Amino acid sequence: MIWNPNKECMSRDEMHALQGRRLQKLVTYVYHNVPFYRNKMQAMDLSPEDIKSIDDIVKLPFTTKQDLRDNYPYGLQAAPPSEIVRVHASSGTTGNPTIVGYTRKDLAVWSEVMARCLTAYGVTREDTFSVSYGYGLFTGGLGAHYGVENLGATVVPTSTGNTEKHIRLIRDLKISGIACTPSYALYLAETLDKMGLTKEDINLRIGAFGAEPWTENMRKEIEERLGLKGYNIYGLSEIMGPGVSYECQEQNGSHINEDHFYPEIINPDTLEQLPYGTQGELVFTTLTKEGMPVLRYRTKDLCTLMDGTCACGRTSVRMGRIMGRSDDMLIIRGINVFPSQVESVILEMPEFEPQYMLVVDRVNNLDTLQVQVEVRRDFFSGDVGSMLAMKKRLADKLKSVLSISADVRLMEPNSIERSQGKSKHVIDKRNL
Amino acid sequence: MTIKQLSIFLENKTGRINDLTKILGKYGINMHAFSMAETTDFGILRLIVSDVERAVEVLRNENFAVMLTDVVCISCPNVAGSLSEILDHLAKNDIFIEYMYAFAEGDKANVVIHPNDLEKCLAELSKCECNINKL
Repeated sequence: MIWNPNKECMSRDEMHALQGRRLQKLVTYVYHNVPFYRNKMQAMDLSPEDIKSIDDIVKLPFTTKQDLRDNYPYGLQAAPPSEIVRVHASSGTTGNPTIVGYTRKDLAVWSEVMARCLTAYGVTREDTFSVSYGYGLFTGGLGAHYGVENLGATVVPTSTGNTEKHIRLIRDLKISGIACTPSYALYLAETLDKMGLTKEDINLRIGAFGAEPWTENMRKEIEERLGLKGYNIYGLSEIMGPGVSYECQEQNGSHINEDHFYPEIINPDTLEQLPYGTQGELVFTTLTKEGMPVLRYRTKDLCTLMDGTCACGRTSVRMGRIMGRSDDMLIIRGINVFPSQVESVILEMPEFEPQYMLVVDRVNNLDTLQVQVEVRRDFFSGDVGSMLAMKKRLADKLKSVLSISADVRLMEPNSIERSQGKSKHVIDKRNL
Repeated sequence: MTIKQLSIFLENKTGRINDLTKILGKYGINMHAFSMAETTDFGILRLIVSDVERAVEVLRNENFAVMLTDVVCISCPNVAGSLSEILDHLAKNDIFIEYMYAFAEGDKANVVIHPNDLEKCLAELSKCECNINKL
């Protein structure tokens, strides 16, 4: 099924024309409402009139996560405060999170693109759908929630936590669809086992999984253990939240809602736009956003774009699986973690050498983060109690900065391997 | 009379104690006593050696985190109840023992004590039936 065939199956020429008109309008809008973009464009000797079609997008400046942080909280907001009806925030490095404000129209667009995703997965008004992303500042919960309501299915806002109760609801309410992280889906499967139930006892048939990297093997395992079909959903809060792209029944890449989010692939070093089929960094421009539009936002996600009409009938550009990052960001239990966040905490504490290693693993389908640090000789005490207190001080600070708990391991001075040149701070054993 | 104990920070890693004992052996430093306090990821080795300064120097050269702690070492008769009498006396005089370790050989037992108040502990021990060792 296709929610909005007018847009999802639009001819390429029509789509390009639509994107061009929307880009022109967007550039004029941010030029007059966001000093950050106006200054950047003026420095490049560029005016809104220079943007005549979607192909002119390459003339525009890029926006990075750092720009969002530097303009905390509302520096990049284009709409007046009276028009903003909601804000979300994404975890940032130490200090500033990224604040994204939405107008009423932005929320309507979000619900529209989410409804397209859910329809592509096969969700209908007859379904009962559990949203098990976190509700709150994170965009996953509320984003998926209003999409399900817009589609007209019954939404069960389960959020995360209390997994046994969740499984009882899945069974008793005959919940047929679920949106959550793939690792939470596997955790659900385990809890199902523990409760002495099997996939025969529940009626799940559709899973919308995203917010963290996952593999084909994980997909097979989730599908086998929960008795459903799993679909990828992609999104990021800086652009909108979940619903930027989605898999259809063909599962040959994820269709991008490109009438709202214009995708490009660039070479992360030269910043040149690359042709379809070439792997590079994914960049999005929010063509219709009012609250906090972004021009050419560098996602740092590495993937390829594919064109050509899909067997499902949709004509939209598809993105391949995310093959990695052009920065060192880690996604741990759905939370973005930068090694520099850990570093800044360690540098603030004189007890530790500025040497550390992050060891990320997946144990029983849950991501684990271990932080190894070297205790400085002068701060070593022969007393176990004060060493454990030192360990706890670091663990508490990491928790408040990262929003996830890390297992701190105190190491001997000089025990963490020093690398030549660019230092290596991460061992990721998850094989994603 | 107090003696110097070496406290050494060690990761819980197979062979790590051996790394240390090998170095002491190489430099002809003898160990009189030691004990190990351990947690899930690290341990603290407490060590009484023949040549404290030399031991600290060679271990620091090998990047070990070493610190010195003042402790009391006593010897008392190796008979049932003799340590109990001493500890009883210390407790009555409000001396708290943070940790201790001991070994007995022949008719003598040696006990290393790390109290909260060293001077007071020494004063009270002098009233007990034990010798305070210098090593």
